[in-house]
Amino acid sequence: MKRYSAFALAREALTNHLGWERAWANPAPKASYDVIIVGAGGHGLATAYYLGKNHGITNVAILEKGWLGGGNTGRNTTIIRSNYLQDSSAAIYEKSRSLYETLSQDLNYNAMFSPRGVMMLAQTHHEVRGYLRTAHANSLQGVTTEFISPQKVKELCPILNIDGPRYPVLGALWQARGGTGRHDAVAWGYARACSAMGMDIIQNCEVKGVTSANGVVTGVETTKGRIGTRKLGIVVAGHSGQVADMAGFRLPVEAVALQALVSEPIKPCMDVVVMANTVHGYMSQSDKGEMVIGGGTDGFNNFTQRGSFHHIEETLRALIETFPIISRLKMLRQWGGIVDMTGDRSPIISKTPLGNCFINCGWGTGGFKAIPGSGWAMADLMARGEPGPLAEAFDMWRFKEGRFIDESVAAGVAH
Amino acid sequence: MLTLECPYCGVMADETELTPGYEAHLKRFGPGSTDEEFEAYMFARKNPKGVHFERWRHAYGCGKWFLAARDTATLEVFGTYPAQSSAPPQALQDKIKAKRPDWKGYK
Repeated sequence: MKRYSAFALAREALTNHLGWERAWANPAPKASYDVIIVGAGGHGLATAYYLGKNHGITNVAILEKGWLGGGNTGRNTTIIRSNYLQDSSAAIYEKSRSLYETLSQDLNYNAMFSPRGVMMLAQTHHEVRGYLRTAHANSLQGVTTEFISPQKVKELCPILNIDGPRYPVLGALWQARGGTGRHDAVAWGYARACSAMGMDIIQNCEVKGVTSANGVVTGVETTKGRIGTRKLGIVVAGHSGQVADMAGFRLPVEAVALQALVSEPIKPCMDVVVMANTVHGYMSQSDKGEMVIGGGTDGFNNFTQRGSFHHIEETLRALIETFPIISRLKMLRQWGGIVDMTGDRSPIISKTPLGNCFINCGWGTGGFKAIPGSGWAMADLMARGEPGPLAEAFDMWRFKEGRFIDESVAAGVAH
Repeated sequence: MLTLECPYCGVMADETELTPGYEAHLKRFGPGSTDEEFEAYMFARKNPKGVHFERWRHAYGCGKWFLAARDTATLEVFGTYPAQSSAPPQALQDKIKAKRPDWKGYK
């Protein structure tokens, strides 16, 4: 792999840009691998990357039923933060956020991490108490956040209406080191780095079955034939339940649609990410000038990657009250992704009832921010066969044993 | 927008009139059950990509809970029936089987 650099750019500028290589190879599957990862989204590719980088395992295939990064990695609102209440959540999300800080250098690919700051508005007294508690918890966890006044909120984001009649802004939980990234670039950067380590990324290859012998996984049946493996990682977000079913176990997840949308591009008007969880909408501005908008999930099981229009209406209604200046903006694009929600709204990174088969799922509505940390923890689990400190609280048996990581209560909303 | 017929008041209700209640026909386990039984009841959902049976409430209408059969992969609605049903009506099951020959039954 040729490195990207200012020098390379200058060299190519002189040669009509004919010397750039393909970012990743497009191989046919081999007969077998040491590790197969199902799902070439951010989490799957990050898992493969850290298997190679941290553990020296490079005889790896990443199978993708569609195109690389075409699922939820390409469908989110790119928010990166780690201001969680529970210790195990804060640990993995903060690991992830800190990996994002150096991801571009690490991958030699511009992931465009922009630590512009994330503020979560407190618009009820209940929320004020909740976020004060989170800020205290974060300082114990070593995550830098602070509770800021309405005046500071207005200073950081002048287009915010802090005096709304129904939900005035009473303060905010502010994480200055949070921000946004370029979602596609994260997938592409990991893919390029994986390919450079000799891993096979196989697109348009849908897994149709999981084969095993004596309770240990032996391979997968795919649309490109049978592929053998010694270890299997299932990292497929919305379809986790379906692939788990092939491997012979059931997961505590339900798939629902989550929608997002962007407005027409306008001049720069906000340089922070704002989340308003009481009225349930969040917004940031992309480098292209579009307002990137998200809200809550749709309310029923759905695998169609599209949602109901009234949810968009509810999100925009909330945001127009919060940001009156967007009321005349036209919305440009809208889309949906299928998110896998667990009972406690926290992810699962776990061994499974099938030997040498591992699962990474349940990131629900907040997976993008977790990509590097999730891959790091999953690679550790797959390489050693046992969870490390980041993953150990997230096993799938916590639901049976009542060890919930209850972020749904902490956040008050899906997140 | 999803539209379901309320089997009680007969109204064709838009999704905005309804509250979703997720999987139907759950067998409830409480004190005295095993950990596995309680976990399965509380968390292990079928979450099928295809035919699904759900609880819905006609919240902004007659207020009654009812049950619906729906395809989660196409959003097609097969039918609705009263909540006081321990299994989907046979006629509805036959209708689903005719449309989805691969369907393995509601259990």
